Amino acid sequence: MSSQSCVEVHTEWGIVSARQAGRNKAKEIGFGNVDQARITTAISELARNIYLYAEKGEICIGEVSEMGGAGVKKGLQITAKDVGPGIDNIREVMADGFTTSGGLGAGLPGVKRLMDHFDIESTSGEGTTITAIKWLR
Amino acid sequence: MRVPILKLHNYLLISVQVELDDQTALQFQEDLLSKIHKEGSTGVVIDLTSVEMIDSFIAKVLGEVVEMSNLMGAKVVLTGIQPAVAITLIDMGIKLEEVPTALDLEQGLEKLQQELEG
Ligand SMILES: Nc1ncnc2c1ncn2[C@@H]1O[C@H](COP(=O)(O)OP(=O)(O)OP(=O)(O)O)[C@@H](O)[C@H]1O
Ligand SMILES: [Mg+2]
Repeated sequence: MSSQSCVEVHTEWGIVSARQAGRNKAKEIGFGNVDQARITTAISELARNIYLYAEKGEICIGEVSEMGGAGVKKGLQITAKDVGPGIDNIREVMADGFTTSGGLGAGLPGVKRLMDHFDIESTSGEGTTITAIKWLR
Repeated sequence: MRVPILKLHNYLLISVQVELDDQTALQFQEDLLSKIHKEGSTGVVIDLTSVEMIDSFIAKVLGEVVEMSNLMGAKVVLTGIQPAVAITLIDMGIKLEEVPTALDLEQGLEKLQQELEG
């Protein structure tokens, strides 16, 4: 990864800073309006989850690239990391509508659909790391 | 930060111009309901032209605002939802069900009038 910047999330303001950082990076990489909104929304969901369920953590945003059939692909990678309670049953939390906080339960399944790549690693009692990538088309 | 609420006859007009952080969104919910109560408003137009992102939390607050306002006897129309925001909401699988929407404030007011008369 060429450059990565991280925003600490432990207040509601951290959520706002993280999504602003994400929008700026998305613009810089050259994403259009719609993908900017997708990326910003995904960051907002992940940051809010950190704030709600793990109290604190960080969101890192960086540019990534990959060799593809048509040359070098550029993308934006989001890494959301916390050392909170972790997630016991990943299948369960990835289902639309599953929530333990009276939310819509749209966050994690939504992020997965908004982004092109989605990976979740979590150990109960140790924390959660979620990585998501959007490729520039 | 507070979202300003304007009164026009029996209606309330809101143009959301600030970045909707959680606190601002909840404060707005509270402010709007007490204003409906105080003014006896029958209709509300919430214009979202300047809103660049609606995540699941904001969507939930907006949905609740509409439902609570309806309970209090005021119809709500949402206007000016940006294409990128609409696409994102669909991707997220979030449905603002049964919420009347219109292209802009002017059409929103017309829609309110129709809804209230019809
Ligand atoms: N970082 C995390 N650490 C621990 N548990 C988490 C974390 N993120 C999500 N969860 C769990 O996964 C569930 C589903 O998360 P998701 O974001 O999909 O929905 P929600 O936050 O409950 O509601 P919404 O995001 O729609 O407001 C949460 O209710 C919570 O129990
Ligand atoms: Mg969530």
